[in-house]
Parts: sequence; structure tokens; C-alpha cells
Amino acid sequence: MAPLLEVRDLKVYFHLAEGVVRAVDGASFDVEPGQVVGIVGESGCGKSVMMRAILQIVEPPGHVVGGSMLFRADVAEPVDLARLSARGAAMRAIRGGEIGLIPQEPMASFSPVHTVGDQVIEALLLHQRKWRPQGSVLSRAEARQMTAELFRDVGISMPGERIDAYPWQLSGGLRQRAMIAMALAGRPRLLIADEPTTAIDVTTQAQVLNLLRDLQRRHGTAIIFITHDLGVIAQIAHYVVVMYLGRVVEQGPVDAIFHAPKHPYTQALLTSIPSLLAPPQSLLPTIAGSIPHPLSRPAGCAFHPRCRDVIAGICDRHTPALSLVAPAQSASCFLYHREQDRDHGSALSEESGAGRREEDRDHGSALSEESGAGHREEDRDHGSALSEESGAGRRDEAAP
Amino acid sequence: MTRFVLTRLLLLPLLMVVFSVTVFAIVQAPPGDFLTTYVATLASSGSSITAEQVEALRREYGLDQPVWVQYLKWMQNILRGNLGISLEYQRPNAELIGERLTLTVVLALLAFVLTWAIAIPAGIYSAIHPRSTLDYIFTVLNYIGVATPNFMLALVLMWGAFAYFGVSVTGLFSADYVEAPWSWPRVLDLLAHVWLPAVVLGVAGTARLTRIMRANLLDELHKPYVTTARAKGLSEWRLVLRYPARLALNPLVSTIGWYLPLLFSGSLIVATVMNLPNIGPLLLRALINQDMYLAGAILLIYCFLTVVGTLVSDILLAWLDPRIRLEDG
Amino acid sequence: MADASLLSATPTAEERISVASNWRLVWWRFRTHRLAMASALLLLVLYAVVLCPEFWSTQDPEATDARLAFIPVQRIRLFDGGALRPWVPAVTGARNPVTRRMEWRLDESRKIPVHFFVAGHPYRLFGLVPMRVHLLGTEPETAARVHLLGTDRLGRDQWSRLAYGTRTSMTVGLTAVALSIVLGVLLGGISGYVGGLVDLVIQRVIELLQSLPTIPIWLALTAALPRDWTPIQVFFAITVILSLVGWTTLGREVRGRFLALREEDYVLAAELAGASRRRIIGRHMVPNFLSHIIATSTLAIPTMIINETALSFLGLGIRPPAISWGVLLQEAQNIQTLALAPWLLIPGAVVIISVLAFNLVGDGLRDAADPYSH
Repeated sequence: MAPLLEVRDLKVYFHLAEGVVRAVDGASFDVEPGQVVGIVGESGCGKSVMMRAILQIVEPPGHVVGGSMLFRADVAEPVDLARLSARGAAMRAIRGGEIGLIPQEPMASFSPVHTVGDQVIEALLLHQRKWRPQGSVLSRAEARQMTAELFRDVGISMPGERIDAYPWQLSGGLRQRAMIAMALAGRPRLLIADEPTTAIDVTTQAQVLNLLRDLQRRHGTAIIFITHDLGVIAQIAHYVVVMYLGRVVEQGPVDAIFHAPKHPYTQALLTSIPSLLAPPQSLLPTIAGSIPHPLSRPAGCAFHPRCRDVIAGICDRHTPALSLVAPAQSASCFLYHREQDRDHGSALSEESGAGRREEDRDHGSALSEESGAGHREEDRDHGSALSEESGAGRRDEAAP
Repeated sequence: MTRFVLTRLLLLPLLMVVFSVTVFAIVQAPPGDFLTTYVATLASSGSSITAEQVEALRREYGLDQPVWVQYLKWMQNILRGNLGISLEYQRPNAELIGERLTLTVVLALLAFVLTWAIAIPAGIYSAIHPRSTLDYIFTVLNYIGVATPNFMLALVLMWGAFAYFGVSVTGLFSADYVEAPWSWPRVLDLLAHVWLPAVVLGVAGTARLTRIMRANLLDELHKPYVTTARAKGLSEWRLVLRYPARLALNPLVSTIGWYLPLLFSGSLIVATVMNLPNIGPLLLRALINQDMYLAGAILLIYCFLTVVGTLVSDILLAWLDPRIRLEDG
Repeated sequence: MADASLLSATPTAEERISVASNWRLVWWRFRTHRLAMASALLLLVLYAVVLCPEFWSTQDPEATDARLAFIPVQRIRLFDGGALRPWVPAVTGARNPVTRRMEWRLDESRKIPVHFFVAGHPYRLFGLVPMRVHLLGTEPETAARVHLLGTDRLGRDQWSRLAYGTRTSMTVGLTAVALSIVLGVLLGGISGYVGGLVDLVIQRVIELLQSLPTIPIWLALTAALPRDWTPIQVFFAITVILSLVGWTTLGREVRGRFLALREEDYVLAAELAGASRRRIIGRHMVPNFLSHIIATSTLAIPTMIINETALSFLGLGIRPPAISWGVLLQEAQNIQTLALAPWLLIPGAVVIISVLAFNLVGDGLRDAADPYSH
């Protein structure tokens, strides 16, 4: 089955007076129909910007400068969202109608001077074609009725009265549900949930997650779930995408990511979760260093200054490409392969050839287990001048 | 909200009483009274008046009573609807004022409507296209508009019209319609003449309002609810008008409270320059001549208009913003 | 944008900023506003005129000569033939046979040389030092006079009158605002800090004053001034009247700040550390909003100037023989006169320019002083 959304090499840059901030710098991932994809990363990794790019609501001075986002709605023809004009009718029909947004702060995301009912009805009327493809125009009374249904669907009690409530009159949990109802009003195939659980307490969080799971099961909606909370990901996602400084560093099925993370960053993230089972007085593991300033990205692999497994001479010069390291799991790390990202690595391919071969002699060739996984055909596109060899991994420990 | 409105309405009479005392004190403050001016005017024109006649007049007008008695008498009359007699014109004040009050209110309201009709769209445009050419032009115009005293603008326009076009833009009606009874053509003639004073009156306010609207809207445009609206698939101009513009307007509504009264009293200067039958020039003459009942009555009317204007704006604000309306109970 | 550049600043530059006092920061931020800087320069020039208008004038501003009425603007030219020899065109008069009045025209062919730093009519610098030097003038021996901005209906030189008028108008504005600041900070501060009944009373007074229709009340108050007061007395009375309502806005703001600051953590910390009330106010609260006061007050000066000009224009403010911009504009009330002598409107242009300059400087100060405006 073809993926519902195929993001390839997406680049979103912000042209500021001080320089260019590469908020998203070549991200690629897929979303299958009905699947929940969790996008994880620290603040500033570009996940929110990527979400906005999918909906083409990136605020200037940011622009989508490269890549493609193929979206398959009803029609057999996929639409490249990156090519659509942000203000055009086609994109507006997709926004809300095919791809819905559940934003981060429900309180600030509702207009305080309109009732929640009004705001949901507006969404309904905008995309009424989804409910009545050939039918007559939806009347206001009918829309109100449908809104009450939607509210019931998301578990809002007394839906008839809540329609006339203002957002600030509702509790946090109810607000979030109303927000979900509004996102569903256009019957989208894909929901983008931007940290929907961050602003609410843990109990409500559990309820919202249950609700989302339930909706996803019943309606077959795919969800892109953006969060920095790995615990939430474990509960709801089928597939996980880990981002760091605008790039995807690892992606794969949730089990694989949690039980067999490949990228050092993912591993560090998982170890830094405090555990009830840890011995008392043990120190909280953290990731060394801090996120670099967006205007001063490290050369080569963006994570290398903080990486415990960094390979000097390679990780600081070349940028690894996202390549398969296990069935259905990809990571971008030189520990597993030598694929370089063409955009960032190609300029250095000359030295890299000589450099690599030198180090090969010094360190010997200890092959890691994962290197056995062959490269699929598509990965040759990401490859660089040296892609012929299988990923001969090296570890720091092998250095003399 | 009803409680809120009710409290304000109840405070109104109290406020007016305080104002009436203030007004009376101010009007009485100049040394001497109307009769001293009257006598002086007579003297300069050659005629004279005996001391007994002056005393008789003084008693007749009640000017020989102590101040607080005069005040009470005055208040008594006002509450009965009797605004007193103008000592200079020898006509009832109510008549004099009534002739001019309509125009004062019409002029102020017209200026108000013009201001909002221009400033809001201009402010919205400037906020959506900041730093565009039109935005810069608006900014320059705004700065100059705020810096120009309205009588100065009136003078320049009048001079320009006269010097270059030979047209006199003073007065409210063309010669044919001045004394004519009310009819549609007369109304049109009035509008044709009154738009210029209205524009002059409203220039500074328009400039200020545009800047504020622009600033407010710029603040709102980056808020999360705008993103949500966009993500719903609303078209850009519709979402701007429906959401951030609506919210940016709220604080502006509270400016009506002092803008409308300002227009009433500001029309005074413009009317003097442009020779319009407004209660402003009437007040000016009354003050200079110490025609105290007339001056007092007009000042009271200004106070009343001011307080009503503030009340209207408070009510409007409460009505527009459900947060205020509902939390009051 | 100035703050954003700190992102890429060198360590020493960052240090410089982190140890600079608040005032230096404000100054640096203000410097980046070119328009505001240019306006500030203009205001300095105007205040140079305020300090000594006599020096800038060319004639005695009160010297009337009915024969010399409505002389047009004699524009100064700097070059004669190729050399730097400033001159003005002479005027020739002809009696209009119909109106029997003298009408003057510029005669470009006859040049009257103009010199800098000439001796002219005597005056006293700051009222103390007798001097005779003026910036511009013709040779002392000639009878020819130079009227850089023409004359009015009484033959009075407009340029000189404008210089003197500048002094009055700018000073009234400044003094009225200064008075407002004193009243506002004092009453607002007391109201906010002491609270209770005092606060209630002052609040009501502020509300009352703000509900009064300002222009009519000002008119009434100025009309109440006795006719026989000297110009100085009138001047001070006008200043007081203007600031009577002006202090209320500031008073409210100050009160609001005091109320908010009372709850601020750093005030609590100071109290807990044992600081006295006076010290808290003086060292912690006042600097916090001093820059805000300065910025808003600079924006209040032009309003005062416009108000004084309007009042004087109507005849109820500064009265002749005292000179202010409003008094000068009184001469321009008559449209027929204006058609004859449009240069009588020039004081209005000066009003607009000075108000514009104050507004730009005030905006620049406000942006520079408010750390949250970026």
C-alpha cells in the first residue's frame, strides 16, 4: 500500500539578517494510512517547523526551499504539497479537509471571543463537501447538530450546552477535546498533533491519548504525533522518527526504536529517562553538552560534539545519510555505514576517500553486526562516491 | 453586565452635580460680571448708563446675590429645563444652543465615522503588509497628521481653496439654502459643506487610530489562534478579519470613550476658524463677554456629552468582549 | 535588530553590554534610530533659539511701521556671482490706486548685502548682559532692512517674532510637562504606595479631572484670568492650567506601576533584606520606570505645544504683546489677509516640524527604554 504521506528531503530555511537558520535540513519519512507516527526530539530540532511545512503555514521569513511532500488523498494522483501555493484553493481544501491540526495550547489556540461551537461549525461549513459530496448546502442548524455529534464523539459531556461555551469557560481537558473535535470536523485522513499532551496534566493526558487511539481505530485516521515525551510515544505510536537539529537521525517501528536503538542520540535519549528501578542515589544520566545554536551548526554530523561514539576525522567532516540499518529501521550514523548525504557530504568527497582509506588501515576493519544488512536499491540515491563497500563500521574502542 | 451599566447610570447625576459646581465656580471666577463688561462696551461706544440703572439691572439679573444663592437658583432652573437667558443676545439660551447643537453633534459624529472608516482598513493593511510602500506612506501621513493642529490644517485648506480656486469654503450652506426649510437638497448641500470640517477635525484622530490598529494587529497576528484558523483552511483575508482584527479592535473601542468627547470639544476650534454655527464659537463669545448663564449652560452640555461618550464606550467594550461581559455576571 | 546582533557578538562586546548601565543601553539603542537622532538634533537647534532669541532675530520684534506692512519673504541667497557674499533682494513699493495701500514686490536686480554677526538693536542676554550682536543683518549704516520671513500687517518682522515666539511656545510646553510630571509622580506615587483612603480620594479626583471636557474647561479657565495680568503672570497661569489635566494620565500610570511593583519579587526581596522604604523606592522602583516616564513625557510635550498654540490662536492664551506661535498665527485668521500674505502661515509650519521632531524623539526614546518592545 502506498504511503499516505511521503516526505522526502524536506528543507525549510529561515533567512534572517544574521544568517540562514536551517530549521529542517533534509528530513525524510513516510506515514502509512491509519498509522501513528511519533516525531520525537528536543526543542529546536525542527519538528514543529516540519509540521507547519506539511500544512504550508510556515511563517515568513521561513520558506520551504527544497524537497517534496507527496500526499495521497482520495485520488489516485499524489499531490506534492511543497509545490502547492500556500494561499491557493487547493492547499486550503487540504488544510482541515485532508490534514487536520491539533495545536499545542488549546487555550491560546481558540479565539477567546467566539464560542467553541462557532469555531467548530466554521470548520464544518468550510469542508462540508466532505460530509455531503453531492448534497445540498449545510444549514447552520444542521451544522450545529453535527457539532454536537462531534463533541459526543470526542467524549465531551453535555455537548449541546458546551457548544455555546467560550474556550476560557472550559477545563483544560474539555478544551483539548473540543480542539480535537474541530480538527476532525473536516474528516481528515491525517491528523497532526503538535504536542497535544504537553499543556495538560498527566491524568487528562491519559484520557486524551485514549481518545486519540480510539478515534484512530474507529476512523482509520493516520496521526503524526509530535512530542518530546518518549513515554507518550511508547504508548501511542506505531512508528517513530527521531529528529536532531533539523534532520532525521533515526526512524523505525516503535518496538525496534525502544528496544534496539541504533543512533547514539536515540540511545542517549532512552537512557536519560529516569527509571523507578534505578538504584537510589544514582545520578541522572544526561546527554553531554547542549544543543548548538542554530546559526553555528557543527560541521559534518550535527550530533558529533555530543556523541559518545564519535569517530574523529569522519563524523566531524561528513554528514551521514539516512540508510537502513535493520529491517524497516534507518539511522544516519557512520557507525553503521559510510553513506553520506549528498548535499552536505559531496563537497568533501575527495578528501573523504583518502582520509577514510588511511583510517581503515589504522583501525582494521571490525565489522559490526548490523553492517550485514544490505542496502536497498533506493539507498544508492543517498549514497556518495564510496557507496560500494558495505558499511564497515568502526568503533572508537578499536583505535589504538 | 446590567449591573455594571446600572452603576454607571446611577453615578451620572452625581457626576453632573459635581461638574455643575465646578463649572459655576469657573464661570464666576473672572472678576466683575457681565454688567461690568456691558458698561465698558457702552462707554467705549459713547453711550453711558447711570449707577442706579446698573444697580437695577444687577438686581434684575440676580447678580447682587451671594454666589451660592446664585448657584442654587441656577441649578433650580436647569433642572426645570430653563437654561436661562443670554445676557448678551437677550434670548433664551435653550434657543441659542438648540440652533447649534444639532450641527455640533452631526459634525462630531461625521468626523468619528470618517476616522474609523479610514483608520481601520489602513491599519489592517499596514499590519498585514508591514514595511511595504503603502505602509511607509501611511506612516509618514500619520506622523504629519498627528503633528498638525487641526486649526492649522483648516487654515491651509481654506487659504488654498481661496487663493487657488477662488472658492470660499466657510459656512455650512450655499447661499440659496441658508434660510431655506429642511429638504433633501438642503441635506445634500449640508453634507457637501460639512465633510471638509469633518475631515479637518478627524485628521489627528485618524492618524493616531491607524497607528494603534496597526500595532495591535501586529501583536495578534502571530498568536496561536491565528495559526489554528489558517490550519482549518480559511482564506487569508477572511481569517484576518474574523479573528485577529476582531481582537485587535477591542482595546480600540475603549478609545471611543475619550475620542468622541474630544471631537465635541475639538470642533470648537475648527468651527471658529471655519465660521460654522457650532456651540463652540458661541461658548467662546460667552466666555469673553462673561455671559455666564450661556457659558455655564454650554459647559454643562459639554460635560454631559463627555460623560455619555465615556459610558457608551464602556458599554460597547463590555458588549464586544465576552470575557468582560460574562465575568461580571 | 540591535539585540539580535548580540547573537554573533564577540565575548568582549557581550561583556561590554552586560556591564553597561541602563542609561548607556538606552543611549545605544536610541542611536540606532536615525530619524530620532536627526529629530533630536533639530530640537537642539530649536532650543538654541530658545536660549537667546535676541541673537537670532534681525529686528526688534515689536517695532511696528505701518508703511512696511506685508513685505514678502526676502529669501537669502548665499552666492553672488561666484563668491560667497550673502544677499537678499530689495523690495520696491507701489501704492495701489484702488485700495490706497502700499504693496511691496521683490526687486531681484537690487541686492542688499547681508552680513553675519552684525551689530543690531540692543538687547540683554538672559536679561543681564547688554549686547548688540546678531546672527544676521545688513550693514548698520544702511536704512535697508532685511525681512527673512516678511512682515505682517503692522510691519513687524516675522523672522524676529518667530524667534521670540519659539522661546515662549517651547518653554510653555516644557514647563507644563515638567509640572505634570511632578504632580503625577507625587500624587500617583502616594496613591499607589500608601493605598487606602488616600488612594481612593486621589483616584476619584483623577477620574473627575479626566471626565472634564478639556478644551472648553481650558477656555473657561484662561478666560477667567484677569485682563491686567502681566505676560509673565499669564505665562505661568497658562502653564498651570495646561498641566492641571495633563498630570492625570501620568498619575494613573505611576500609581499602576507602584501597585504592581509592590507585588514584585525583587521588592519583597529588598524588604526581607531589611531595606528601608525610602531606599526601596529610590533605588529599586524609581529607576525601573524612570525611562518610561521620560519617554512618555517627551511625547506629552508636543501635545502641550499644540494646546497652547490653539488657546493663544483663539485669543485666550498668551496675549499680545507677548509672542508665541499661537499669537503669530492669529494674524493668519483672515483668509483675505492670507491670500495677500501667505507667509503668515510659516509659524504653523514651525509648529508642525517641532511637534514632529518631538514625536520622533519620543518614539525613539520609548523604543529604546522599553526592554520588552523588541
